This record gives sequence, C-alpha cells and structure tokens, in this order.
Amino acid sequence: MHPAFSVILLTTLIGAGQGLYLAMVTGQLYAIARFLPLQKDQFYALGSLVALVMLVAGLGASFFHLGRPERAWRAASKWKTSWLSREVIALPLVMFLVFAYALAHLMEWTEPLFRVGQSLDVDVTLLLGLLGTLASFALYVCTAMIYAGVKFLEEWHTPLTVTNFIFFGAASGFMLAAAYSAYVGNPLVTFFGTWAAILTLVALVSRVAHLARNARIKHKSTIQTAIGVRHTVLTQRAQGATGGSFNTREFFHGRSDRTLGLVRALYLILVFPVPILLIGAAYVTESSTLPILAFAVQFLGLLLERWSFFAEARHPQNLYYQSVA
Amino acid sequence: MQDPVSYSDGAVGRVEVKETTCYMCACRCGIRVHLRDGEVRYIDGNPKHPLNKGVICAKGSSGIMKQYSPGRLTKPLRRKSGAERGESAFEAISWDEAFGMLEERLGKLRAEDPKKFALFTGRDQMQALTGMFAKQFGTPNYAAHGGFCSVNMAAGLIYTIGGSFWEFGGPDLERAKLFVMIGTAEDHHSNPLKIAISEFKRRGGRFISINPIRTGYSAIADEWVPIKPGTDGALIMAITHEIVSKGLFDREFLVQYTNAAELVVNDPSRDDHGLFYRAEMHVEEGCFDPQNKLWWERELDGPISTHTPGADPRLMGSYTLPDGTPVKPSFQLLKERLEQYTPEWAAPITGIPADTIRRLAHEMGVTARDQKIELPVKWTDCWDNEHESVTGNPVAFHAMRGLAAHSNGFQSIRALGILMTVLGTIDRPGGFRHKAPYPRPIPPCPKPPHGPEAVQPNTPLDGLPLGWPAKPEDLFVDDAGEAVRLDKAFSWEYPLSVHGLMHNVITNAWRGDPYPIDTLLLFMANMAWNSSMNTSEVRKMLVDKQPNGEYKIPFLVVCDTFASETVAFADLVLPDTSYLERHDALSMLDRPISEYDGPVDSVRIPVLPPKGECKPFQDVLIELGSRLKLPAFTKEDGSRKYRDYPDFIVNYETSPGSGIGFLAGWRGQGGDKVLKGEPNPRQWEMYAQNGCVFHYELPRNYQYMRNWNKGYLHWARAHGMIRYAEPITLHLYSEVLQKFRLAAQGKWPGRKPPERLRKRVETHFDPLPFYSDPLETQMTDTRRYPLNALTQRPMAMYHSWDSQNAWLRQIHSHNYLFLSPRVGIENGFEDGDWIWVESPHGRVRCMCRFSEAVEPGTVWTWNAIGKASGAWGLSADADESRKGFLLNHVIAEELPPHEAGEHLSNADPVTGQAAWFDVRVRVYKAEEGDPKMTSPQFKPMPRLPGQEKKRGKWQAYVAGVFGKK
Amino acid sequence: MTQLALVIDLNVCVGCHACVTSCKEWNTSGWAGPMVDQDPYGASPTGTFFNRVQTFEVGTFPNTETVHFPKSCLHCEEPPCVPVCPTGASYKREDNGVVLVDYDKCIGCKYCSWACPYGAREVDAEQKVMKKCTLCIDRITDAKLSERDRKPACVLACPAGARLFGDVHDPDSEVSVAIREHGGYQLMPEWGTKPSNHYLPRQKARMHIDPDELTRVDNPLRKEDLTSYTGEETLDDVAW
Repeated sequence: MHPAFSVILLTTLIGAGQGLYLAMVTGQLYAIARFLPLQKDQFYALGSLVALVMLVAGLGASFFHLGRPERAWRAASKWKTSWLSREVIALPLVMFLVFAYALAHLMEWTEPLFRVGQSLDVDVTLLLGLLGTLASFALYVCTAMIYAGVKFLEEWHTPLTVTNFIFFGAASGFMLAAAYSAYVGNPLVTFFGTWAAILTLVALVSRVAHLARNARIKHKSTIQTAIGVRHTVLTQRAQGATGGSFNTREFFHGRSDRTLGLVRALYLILVFPVPILLIGAAYVTESSTLPILAFAVQFLGLLLERWSFFAEARHPQNLYYQSVA
Repeated sequence: MQDPVSYSDGAVGRVEVKETTCYMCACRCGIRVHLRDGEVRYIDGNPKHPLNKGVICAKGSSGIMKQYSPGRLTKPLRRKSGAERGESAFEAISWDEAFGMLEERLGKLRAEDPKKFALFTGRDQMQALTGMFAKQFGTPNYAAHGGFCSVNMAAGLIYTIGGSFWEFGGPDLERAKLFVMIGTAEDHHSNPLKIAISEFKRRGGRFISINPIRTGYSAIADEWVPIKPGTDGALIMAITHEIVSKGLFDREFLVQYTNAAELVVNDPSRDDHGLFYRAEMHVEEGCFDPQNKLWWERELDGPISTHTPGADPRLMGSYTLPDGTPVKPSFQLLKERLEQYTPEWAAPITGIPADTIRRLAHEMGVTARDQKIELPVKWTDCWDNEHESVTGNPVAFHAMRGLAAHSNGFQSIRALGILMTVLGTIDRPGGFRHKAPYPRPIPPCPKPPHGPEAVQPNTPLDGLPLGWPAKPEDLFVDDAGEAVRLDKAFSWEYPLSVHGLMHNVITNAWRGDPYPIDTLLLFMANMAWNSSMNTSEVRKMLVDKQPNGEYKIPFLVVCDTFASETVAFADLVLPDTSYLERHDALSMLDRPISEYDGPVDSVRIPVLPPKGECKPFQDVLIELGSRLKLPAFTKEDGSRKYRDYPDFIVNYETSPGSGIGFLAGWRGQGGDKVLKGEPNPRQWEMYAQNGCVFHYELPRNYQYMRNWNKGYLHWARAHGMIRYAEPITLHLYSEVLQKFRLAAQGKWPGRKPPERLRKRVETHFDPLPFYSDPLETQMTDTRRYPLNALTQRPMAMYHSWDSQNAWLRQIHSHNYLFLSPRVGIENGFEDGDWIWVESPHGRVRCMCRFSEAVEPGTVWTWNAIGKASGAWGLSADADESRKGFLLNHVIAEELPPHEAGEHLSNADPVTGQAAWFDVRVRVYKAEEGDPKMTSPQFKPMPRLPGQEKKRGKWQAYVAGVFGKK
Repeated sequence: MTQLALVIDLNVCVGCHACVTSCKEWNTSGWAGPMVDQDPYGASPTGTFFNRVQTFEVGTFPNTETVHFPKSCLHCEEPPCVPVCPTGASYKREDNGVVLVDYDKCIGCKYCSWACPYGAREVDAEQKVMKKCTLCIDRITDAKLSERDRKPACVLACPAGARLFGDVHDPDSEVSVAIREHGGYQLMPEWGTKPSNHYLPRQKARMHIDPDELTRVDNPLRKEDLTSYTGEETLDDVAW
C-alpha cells in the first residue's frame, strides 16, 4: 500500500494522544489507590489538554486524506457496517471526554458524587476518566479495525494489528506523559517512564509477533486466481496503461525492498531500545530533557513504523498491476 | 445525486445523431456521431453498416479526442523568411496567399517540366482524386503509401489470383473450418476480421497462427506456430510440397480454373522457353489472358485446346508436341520446383519442426478435401458449363504486412497464392473471397506510361501514374532502361512497383537521382518520422542545401491535420480538416469497402464545421486544379468546372458520358442506377439517407467463382467494373514474370534491363516461387547481427495517427523492445533495463521487456509510439519522446552498394515493397551513466501559430465542454 | 432479484481496447462523468477509466499463451466495498444489483478501494470522488434508447463480441447459458465476494488426422503417370 502521510500522522497522533490521556487517568487512579501521591488537578488538566491537542491535530491530518473533507460529517452514517464510520463517531467522543475530563480537573469538580464500597469516592473527574478510558479503547479498536478489518490486506487482517495500535499508542502516550511530567518537573516521570518502558516492550512483542506472522504469510490470492488461469508460469506483460493509474498510485509504495528493510530496522531501533535506554538514563541522571527526547525519538520511530505498516501490506489488486508495456 | 434510472441523455441537452464514416484508421467503419447541443458527445458503430455491423474499435471510440486535440493545425502557415527549415518558425497566412504561392509555383513547373512537381500521400483510399490530380498536372511523380506498406501482398496475389487481401478480398470465415493467419495482419482488416474470427471460433473453427510473435489475433489462435521472420516462403513451399506429394490438391479445380494443366514450352535454348505454347488461332487484343493454349489430353495422349468439353488433361509429365516442341504442364514445373523444398529443408530455415510442417500440410489438405461445402447455387462458367451447385474447400488464409514487408515477400506471397490455389479455395465458400471490383484480369489493365515522352509541359500525363505492367514494354523507362519516375517505380530496379516507392522519394530528390525536383507536396504522410526508413538521415536531407544556399528539395508543402514531425520541415503548411468535418468518397475507382457479396462504397458527410481555417485536402486539390486550369477541372471556355469537392463528386465522370463517377450508388437522374449511370444531383442526399453507405448485393449465383462466372463477368462488364468478360485464369505459373526473365536473359525481342540489373531481374522474376534469404540478410554479417527486429502497430493505434489523442496515448505513451529472456541472459541485461539496439545502419537506446511470446531470434516493438519531442501537440517531455522510440532509425532505405547498383532501395526487387522487416540487429546493455532516455533525441518542436494553447493539468471532457461538471 | 452482469469471453478477446475507450467516451459525458485525464498532453498521462485491458503471458516459449484480460467492476453479489463505506455513497442497487457510487455522498476516503481485491475502483484525481463501472446504468435504463442500444457501451463496441450482458440470476439468459455451457468462472473466488461478472476460458479446437485418412482412393496422383516410358530397354524386352 502507498503510505499516506496524512493517515500516518492521524494514527500516530491520536494513538499518542489517547495514550497520554490514559496515562493521566492511570495517574489519577493510582493516586486514588494511594499508590502515588495525588497531583494537582492542573496536572491532569494540562496533560489531557495536550492529549486533546494531539487528537485535534490527528483529526486535522485526517482531513488531508479525504478528497472531499467538507462532507466528512457524512461519514458517521454507516456505523453499523463501517469501522471507519465508527472511528468517525468514536474520535469526537473521545475528544469530548478528554476535554470534559480536563475541564473537570480545571474547574476542580472534585466533590464526590457517590461512594463505592468503603473508600472509593467517585467524582466527576473519575467518572469522566473511566468513560474516556472506555471510549479511548474503543477508538483504538475502531482505528485498528479500519485496517485489521480489511480481509484482503492479509498483513493487516489480524488481531495483532489491534494490539499493535493499542500498545504503540499507549506506549507513546505514556512516554509523552513522562516527557510532560519531566517538563513540568513532576515526580511522576518515573512512574510514567516505567509504564512507558513496559508498554513499549509489550508493543515490541506484539509487533515482532506481527512481523513473524507476516513473514510467513501465504496470500490467498495469486495471479492464477486473479485471472483464473491455471499455470505455474503466468506473468503480466502489460497492465493496460503506460502512465499508471489510481491503482498504481494508491496501492504501491514505489520503494525498493532495501528501503523497506532499512525503514524496518530503523523503527525497530527508534521505537524500542533507544527510548527505553533514554528513559533508563533519565532515571539514573534525573535529567528532565531525556524523557522528552525519548518521546520524540519514539514518535519519530512510530511514524516510520506506520509507514512500514502500510508499505508491507500487499493488496491483491496489485496482482493486476505488475508490468508496464 | 440524481437517480441514474431517471437520467436520460436526451434530457441533458439537445441530442442529434448524424451518420458518417470513421477515419480513425483505414478500416472505414460506419459510425453514428451523437451530438449534444452541437458538440460531440458519443461516437458508436452504425448497426446498419455492412462493414462493422455496429461495433467500433478503441480508435473509433476515441474520435472525440482527435477532434479536440491541441495538436491540430488551424491556419495555413508559411516558413518565416530568414528562418531555417526544420525550426518550425512559421507565420500564419491566408488561404488566398497559400493558393497564390502554389498557383504561381506549380503553374511555372507545369509549363516548364511537370515532373519537377511530386505529390505523395500517406493514404491509399484517396487515390482516385490525388492520382487524377497528378495525371492532370502531368507529373509521373505520384504515389500513395502502399509501396512502404503492403504492395507485395497486393501485387503478389493480384498477379496470381486476380485479387488480394483486405480491400481486395479476404478469408470467408463464415464457412471456413480451418483458418491460417501468417504474419502480422491485425491492421488490415480491423473490425470486420475481429468480428469474423470470433464468430469463426465460436462455431468451433480451428485457427492456426504462424507468426514470430504471439499478440493480437494470434493470442486467440488454437495453435501458435512461431516462425523466424522472412522465412514464410520456405514454410509455405514446404507445405505445398507435402500437399502435392501426398496428392492432397484439388485436381479438378486446378485443371478448370488455373493454368496448371497448360503446356509450357520447355526448351532452354529457345527464346520462348518458359512461355505457354500458343496455338494458332484468332486472338482478340486485350489485357486479358487469351485462351489459345493447350492441354495434354489423357485418353488422346496428345495436345488439345484448353477447356475442350470432355477433355481430361495431364497435370504432370513431359511431352513433345507434334511440331517437336518439348512441353510440360505448368503443374509439372511446380512439382519439380517443390521437390527441393521438403519439410526437412524448411525446418532449420523457419525454426519449425518438419513434423509440424507436415501436420500443417495435412490439416490443410485433409480439411480442404474431406470437409467440402456444397451450396445449392446454380451458376454457369465461362465455357458454358452449367453447375448445379457451388462447392468450396473450407480452408481460409489471411496475411498482410508480415509476409509483405520483406524483400523476398513477393515470391513468398506468390507461394501463398499458389498454396491457396492448389487447395482449391479461390472465390469459393470457406476459402478466399473477392471483393468488388475484384477479381480483375491478371494483371489488371491500367498501365503506367512507357517512356519519358509521356511527360510534356502543360499536358496531362500520357498514362496512369500507377498501373500493372504485364511485359517489359509496360515499364516506365527511358531508352537506357533507366527510371523516369523520381521513386524509380516501374523501372528495371522494381518493375512491378504497382504502388510506387514513397520510401525513396526524399532520398532520391535530395540526391537528384534520377533528377532534382522543385516542389514536393506531402499529404498525410509523416516522412520526417515514422513513415521513413533511416529517419535521422532523412531529416538531415530535408534541410540539406546546395552550395548556393538553396535547399536540395527547394519547396516542401505539407498538408496535415496535426502538427506532425514532418510539418516542422514544411515551407508551406496546409491545415487539413478532421474526418468529422469533411466530405469524402471511398470510391469504387479506388479502394472501396466492398463485401464478399457485392460492391460497397461509402462517404463521409461533415457533422461539424471545420475548425479554424482548416480546409479538406480534396477541396484544396479542386481549387488548385481549377486555378491551374487542369483539363478535368476546367470547362471548355476555361472557366472553373466544379464549385468544390462535393460538386465534383456528383458531377465528375471518368470520361464524358461514361456514367462512371466516384460514387457507385444512386446514380442516374432519379438515383435508380447502380455503379453506372448519369450524375445524380441528389446523390449526397441519398447517401445521407442511407447511413452514408451504398451496398449492392449481387445475386447469389454471382457471388462465387467470379474469376470464371460468366453471369458475374458479364454483369461486371455491363456495370463498368471490368473491361472484358473473359475468364480470369489463376496464374499458378506466371508467364508475366517469365517475360521479364526472358528480357534479362536477352531472349525477349523488346526492352532489356541495363546490364547491372540483368542478374537481379533474372533471379527474382522466376515464374514459379522460390525461396531466398531477404536481401539485407544476404548482405549482413548475421553473426554480428544475429537478431531480426520487427515492429507492429498496437490495436489501439493501428493505421492511425493518434499519439495526440489524450485517451489512446494513455494506453501506449511509450514503447519497449520485447525480447526473449534468453536474449537478455546472453547479453547480460534484465527485464526493464535500458539497452541499445544496433543495426549496421545505426542504433537506438530504449527499454526492454522480456516476453515468452516471441521467437527467441526476434526482437520487436510497437511501432510509431515514439515521437519527436514537442510534435503532435505534446509537451516536450512527453513519454513519447523521452521513453518512446522509433526503430526506423536503424532501418536503411537503401541497400549497401553492390553489383546491381549504388543506391538500390531496401525493397523487394520485384515490387519495390519497403523491406521494413529485413533489418538485423544486436542488442546490448546501455552504460550505467547513459541518460535514462531514449536515443536519438531531437530539438523540441515548438507550438505552431494557430495551434491551441497548452491545455491545463486536468482535462474533464463533457460533450464538448472541458471543465468541471 | 435481477443481477445484471458482464460475461467476458477470453476465448475471443483479442485485446483491442475498444471496451476501454468506448466506456470512457460514453461515461465521461454521461451520468457517471466526467472522467478526468491528468496531464493529458504532458509527460506521463493518466486518467480515470472504468475498464482496462491487460495482457498476460502463460507458459514458456514455444508453449506460450497470450491472454488479453479486460477488467472492470465485477458487481459482486457480496460487494466488500459497500459495507465499509462510511457515508453510504457506495451502494448496490436493489433492483438490478449494479454497484454504484453516489458522488454527492462520497468523501473521497478511498476506503472502498482498499476493500476491493480487484482494483476496480479509481478515485477521480480532480473531482476527488470514487468512480467505477456503472454498467452504463444511464444507458441500460434509458427507455428513450432503442432496445438494441440499451446495453453498456463496451458491450456494443466490442468487435469480437467478447462481452455478453444480462441477468445472471435468470437461468435462461444468454449470460447464464454462456456461464453454464462454457465453463464461466469468477475471479478470486477465495474471498467469497461472489462476483457477478464471469469470465469464459480459452477453448481449443484441435484436429486429429488418422494416417489412414491421408490417402483416399480418388487420390489425384493416380490420374497421372508417375513414371514415363521413353523407349529404353526393360526386363519385359529381354527376359522370357
């Protein structure tokens, strides 16, 4: 597939945004459970607002993918069948909840509404946080299912696509939370950094499993089934248009296998070991810039990972577009 | 969005449908042009048209994009004074100025030396008018594109069976059981053959394709027999060998309808050796074949007049006539000739296993013999034998340029004609069928002028510019036996060059050999590009000057619809109209579109007004003819005879009161006569009312065996299609060729070839087909140049001029050299690499594409996809010029100097057919540092005055409107 | 329910591209138009086409087959492109099974093209909406046209008659009979998309000649003296 920069940005930005938001909620939950010191509301509010900015930026990027963005509102109508439609509903919902969560913290709407069990005071922020968490997970699933749901793209058609999206998003979000904490001088940087490292490792497992699966993939469609001729030697001579077509632009990355391998190696380094090492180093040196660097490096790596995710998917339609003559 | 079910085109705008005839290629299908608010919205096939029956091809469907192409010329242009030729520095002028220039210049030439004016056209189907103009002007220097297209096919078969493929005749696939197509033939006939082949296949017919390349029609063949290029003659003769030696020939057919049983003088010491023995009897003079020949009667064991009722002649044996003349039936001579051509002999030459050759022969012979067709159609032959039925042997063939465009093509095609004859398939159901006005006498009656005295100032040419020589006296040579025509047609160099040699015109004119000319008028012929061999050099010749600074070809006039490469070299450019803007007559005097069942001709009637100041070339000729006061265009009082082309078409008669004009339909005052009749002032109207086509269906009993069908021949004579109602006996043995051979041997009482050409004429004017390597192969080091290089036109482009067409060029914007992966491995390059293709004459750089569908000794490409930068309204960096290439650069227009001459055409020595497919090449990888661009490249051609501005990045066509919906 | 479709006969398709340009020609000025061309006279032209003819080579020399393969939307019975559309622009007609795009609803997200394994959809690079074969819906349903003309442009154009058009749900239709009798098949059956368009395979006519058939009693060679006697001595002259 041709990696569209708009979609790469969309998925990585909202993934990180959701992750950051989840990190904020996690921080709050830990604080409620008294595993962590409670932070000022402003911390959660600001973090969530950063998350919101990323979601908005992602949404903005997505418009560049649309031919007719002015009609984007129509996209919500087919939620019964279309994961894309569901994403279009889930994304604003998440944005709303993130915004509301931030607002609640900002306004310090922390009066307990009711109590669960013996000691859990439920306030508006917690309620919104939980709802937002659910919505975020739903959004991860929707976003991932846009890709995982297309059965023709067998590289994508696996639950590992969903886990990748969740763990990459969460890891980069927690990394961002660490960076944010470091930036504002909040001690939670270690907590977020540790979780970011753990999530990164889980993402690594998921992605490596995905790569291993795809390396062994045997595509259902072959050139034989594509044109319905049974013969072991069957090649296309001419695709019918020497100047190419939408089909050659949308479904081919146009890069060499070497480039593909290079990008894969690069993201495997940038997404996994480097940020973990940087976070570790930050832990040791108590540096406030290294976590920021860690996030930046990982996000860059994720952009490459997402590029690679598109490039490595081989669409069966490509069987019809093999040769110009 | 509106529900499409409630949408109707008629509701969007005012819709009208006009019928006319397509001209996106030379096929001439009937079309319906659907206009919406006066602009072209859709062009489809006319379902009522006999040729295409409603279908249309890729080109026809893209006619809109031709009409609106920014490559179109719209104004007459004159080369700016001071500007160099070839730089496209033009200024727009008025038609009055253009006509004034031409009138003055041509008037002077006509008064001084008419042959200094040469008119060559890229189209065959307008020859009736263009040829007549040349004759009226008085110049012999006229021809159309047949000489570099497929004249071998026309001449080879017409000199054998009195008809040929394409416009002249074709395979009767409606009834054939076995169809054999040899060589590339897709471009002649396009839609009708596609229709016929698919129906043939659906009926379960067996289709064999013999071709070095498997594309196009060959793709759907039941069997593909790959063959080495230029060796078709060897294959055909080996097949014929097997058929004759197994007795699979149609004896009865050969005896009755061919010269197979006729006795040939067989005494090399005699001057009439190799001629038919002629009995003493009264013979009427004419261009037909007199019947004063003899058979050897079986029972009588003695000579008898041919076609004596009840006689049964020998086809084989050697006999002595009572007067002591040793004779043999010509079939015996054929049999002797074929003895050497065994399948085993042909196998290494053709690359086809001997067993396959034998099997092909058996399939043909057994199908012809055992699957006979009998139609209950009564007919009478020329000898008054009544036949209760028409029978046929259902084996049909088709071939065109693949066989023709080789220097041994004439004899290969003669061999094919003989194979078709031996199988008994001529003008019989399931075999080969003629199309009116064919069959014609062998050879047809028109003759070229006989000597330089035919060209006189202010006088029409004495003879036709093109014709059919039957003996050395019919040649157009001077006392030294050298050419009178600029292209040296009808000289001893190419005696039967019945379509001229357009491919040598520029080189000869540049060299001044046989003489310099003044004005060359090219119509629709891209001689500075794909229509010339040796293109790079020809482009230099066009701009080459004398020491005095004058161009070697002083004045070049180009009439074209588009800014072609040749336009760049013009001194005067005449903008032609598109086919939707003109009147045309696809005339019986020319190459009509007849069907097997009878004559068909058709017209074009404009559906749109001419763009800009475009003027149809025919109107230009009528205007010029009137201004120059050429007799046919002038009344006795010296005033103009015809208002314009439509007026000319209606009122012109070949001679006063002949009743024969350009159009055969609706003649006579009331339009009730066919073929012959006085002019009908409402003829155009009647064509318009009938879909622009006239189809006369012959009675069933006139539809077959027309060479010998008494009723048909008399009908044809009565309707002015043929001069003699005499049988047209098939020339299994060609006495015509033997006459030229005798002249070369010094045994002919009349004209003799110049010394240098004697051996060449003696060798190639063999009355029976023989096989020899193509001339270029004989003169090339085939170890250094091991590969044959071929070209063919892709179906979306063939017989067309459509790189300027936004839709068609998307299918083929550039081309590759196709070759076997084995060639790539041997030469160290990969699929898609940039490579050089080199012949002894030059080299081109291009990209290669591996293919398993090509014989490994052959490389090939789609022809004329490559264009010169900036031509045809394309941008200077268009794929056509940067990635497309032309193989013509490596094909020479002349053979290397040898004993027969310094500057002989790279052509068939019999017909002058351009030997495009003889070229030998080698291929090797381009250097790493070479530009990723084809070579050679030429300086970009600028946009010309009157040509539309560059279109934007987008083009959204909606019924004549470019823009958003 | 009616399911209109094309049946494409690879046995007779010669790859002439008539279907390609006749489609473009009809549709660019019709309901589904315009069909934009990009860089039409420039370096590498490209544009929207609903139909393409491709060429494949089967086998190795000399046993090579060249297959010309026209490809357009297959109007699947289970069109995977329809449910993924977020706006409902992509739809399958209830009345005749034709899969269409409503340009006014299309947001140009291209998702439907990802969900088509056949590459049958093309985004119009200027109008930015998804376009595809409509089976010439504005012809086949236009009652103002004659019955003969109420067919897709490609079907009417095809010189080889390689394109049949009709209702594949009607077992007696021309297309159903062709599919049944000539081994009609679907592309990429592995996906369960149930394409309505079918392809007819190559079929070979062969000839078998028994060696005994070669010579018949009426062989014309028997009418000729294949030896000739010119007076020389023979056994018949000297032996007793």
